[in-house]
Amino acid sequence: MSETVQLFVTCIIDAVFPQVGRDVVEELERNGAEVEFPANQTCCGQPAYNAGHHRESTEVLLHNLEVLDRTGGPIVIPSGSCADFLIHHGPRLASGDPEKAAMAERVAARIREFTSYVTEQRERAATVDAETQDRSPARRAFYHPSCHALRGLGLRREGESLLESVRGVERVEIEGAEECCGFGGLFALEMPEVSTEIMNTKLDRLEEAGVEMLVGGDAACLIHLEGGLRRRENPMQVVHIASAIATGRGDRR
Amino acid sequence: MSQPVTFRRRAVGEMGTRKPAAVGRAARRFMGKRQWAVDDFTPMEETRDRARMIRLHTLANLHTYLDQFADSVERNGGQVLWAADAAEANRLISEVVARKEGSLVIKSKSMVTEELDLNAHLQAEGHTVVETDLGEFIVQLAEDHPSHIIAPVMHLTRQDIGELFHRRLEIPYTDDPEELNAVARRHLRRFFLSADVGISGVNTGVAETGSIITVTNEGNGWLTTAAPRTHIAVMGMERLVPTFADAATIVEVLARSATGQRLSVYTNVVSGPRRPGDPDGPDEFVVVIVDNGRSGVLSTDASEILACIRCGACLNVCPVFREVGGHAYGQVYSGPVGSVLAPGLAGFTDAVDLPFASSLCGACREVCPVRIDIPKLLVHQRVRATRENDPFRWLGPGLSLYAQAAKRPRVWKSLLAAGRMAGRLKGKGEWFHRLPFHAKGWTQSRDFPAPARESFRQWWKENRDGS
Repeated sequence: MSETVQLFVTCIIDAVFPQVGRDVVEELERNGAEVEFPANQTCCGQPAYNAGHHRESTEVLLHNLEVLDRTGGPIVIPSGSCADFLIHHGPRLASGDPEKAAMAERVAARIREFTSYVTEQRERAATVDAETQDRSPARRAFYHPSCHALRGLGLRREGESLLESVRGVERVEIEGAEECCGFGGLFALEMPEVSTEIMNTKLDRLEEAGVEMLVGGDAACLIHLEGGLRRRENPMQVVHIASAIATGRGDRR
Repeated sequence: MSQPVTFRRRAVGEMGTRKPAAVGRAARRFMGKRQWAVDDFTPMEETRDRARMIRLHTLANLHTYLDQFADSVERNGGQVLWAADAAEANRLISEVVARKEGSLVIKSKSMVTEELDLNAHLQAEGHTVVETDLGEFIVQLAEDHPSHIIAPVMHLTRQDIGELFHRRLEIPYTDDPEELNAVARRHLRRFFLSADVGISGVNTGVAETGSIITVTNEGNGWLTTAAPRTHIAVMGMERLVPTFADAATIVEVLARSATGQRLSVYTNVVSGPRRPGDPDGPDEFVVVIVDNGRSGVLSTDASEILACIRCGACLNVCPVFREVGGHAYGQVYSGPVGSVLAPGLAGFTDAVDLPFASSLCGACREVCPVRIDIPKLLVHQRVRATRENDPFRWLGPGLSLYAQAAKRPRVWKSLLAAGRMAGRLKGKGEWFHRLPFHAKGWTQSRDFPAPARESFRQWWKENRDGS
């Protein structure tokens, strides 16, 4: 039975990593979903929210809630942070007006973070990838459980299991795996030196653990970490989980 | 309003020292111990829930419990003094201390007296003040400030302390913790025996019994409150709980969260001056209840921060605190709790950028023994900061433009197209090494990816729409 899902692709994937968006679509469809893309979506509004500019944030949020509220079915978001924002902060921001608050609650109830939704899809379809038996030399991959997915939505194992299903990949742990990478949205611009110090702690640990592939569910954290890795001239591959599972190999962003 | 010294500038200064390495190590060690103590205690989660309810209930009825507490203290033969601000608190404490000229005052650990800058005030009036908590003693010797609410010298290594003792106490250099501890103990003993006044903080005041509870690991709290003839307990006005059973709940989650102990070595309960037949205790017991900005915080949407029981776990787990240490915050209270509390107490001037010193990673919320949603409160304080004295004014126009575009899909698409134009300057998959204006903060340590030549929505429109 195919289910219609709405894709809220996030502004970063839309503008910077469209291939991740295409991989998201591919994976959802492979598992039997009918994917729709509400064309008037923009950005969830979180950047302005975290910066303390709540009037701006609310305006952006309400526009997108209206766009999403006109659709049906689960809303899949390939970002723990945007999903967490729409689930936990959206209803609070919209609480000034009962009708809008109700709309925010309706939309929030339909939001599904990508790894969590795909995990469920796969369980429903009971698809076991026969190729996971492959024993070719494995590349050491770490799944970065971004803070808002981890602590906001309680997700970690979902992304890790998806990564483990990828051929030729061995999932490894690093020290302080659950610690923040230092991105923090506009924090990275407001406090760049502190953001960088936290990032360096994370990159040091990735290097110490001999990680060859860094996989995550939040493109923003990955941009920050890859941007730092490039300065270190470290060739570690940085891949969104959607791309890792869509290609089944993880050699494409 | 100008921003003379910002958190960012102080943080950069601190990151250039050896302090953050010491802080990071100690903070991670504390978190390891906390994890042990939490795993060790099966009903930890329910106890946290109960502790939270006790604290929120107390805050919601604070004036009732303050009155009850004051009545109880007086019934026990103690005296209660009310201080609206630091100046009044210092004046009231001075009046008690100055009953003898040139008093010797010993202190056990108290963060509220740091708010008052009490030591400097008493010393200026000719009294001698000696800190007796080992960490605070070291801070006093070093003429420094505490960098952490429960571990004042978290920023120092034992080698630093060895050098300090060598220099200031004129002993041969050693960095053996046991030896250093013994030196401090010997040095402090004569003060314990001859002090006129003991000043302590209060971890928890009990409204029902008029007791004050202090938890320590060194026994100095006990000596400070029992040996001198006068004991002055200085208490932030929010530090109450209704009953003794409630206090037990707080103490239980406090020690486990703070130091990873089941209980602190000493849990010291003082319920008034020495009564006939008591083996020890002061003749005079004075509680100074300090507001100093707390009433103001209580009336804002960040009021929940007053439920804090000062365990320091949010500091220990915070990725920002671990990299910069407590001094970068430039306030008595540092870390996540300080970033909410300090601007609330001190006003949105000097501490205005502290709420922004967080990546909002949520680690603090997870460990808070009374489950304060610190990231939410940080965002509340950011809203106030941007309204009253925006420390990042340069962001305003950009965020307005963002909002104008992001609520109009057509404008948004043009903005994306403009981004792609900029991206075209780079090849496919290329990264910028240098960005202009405030974006250079990003590229000082990180490359930034150029926008893709075809956005996802373009691809969808061309390949999927109408299919």
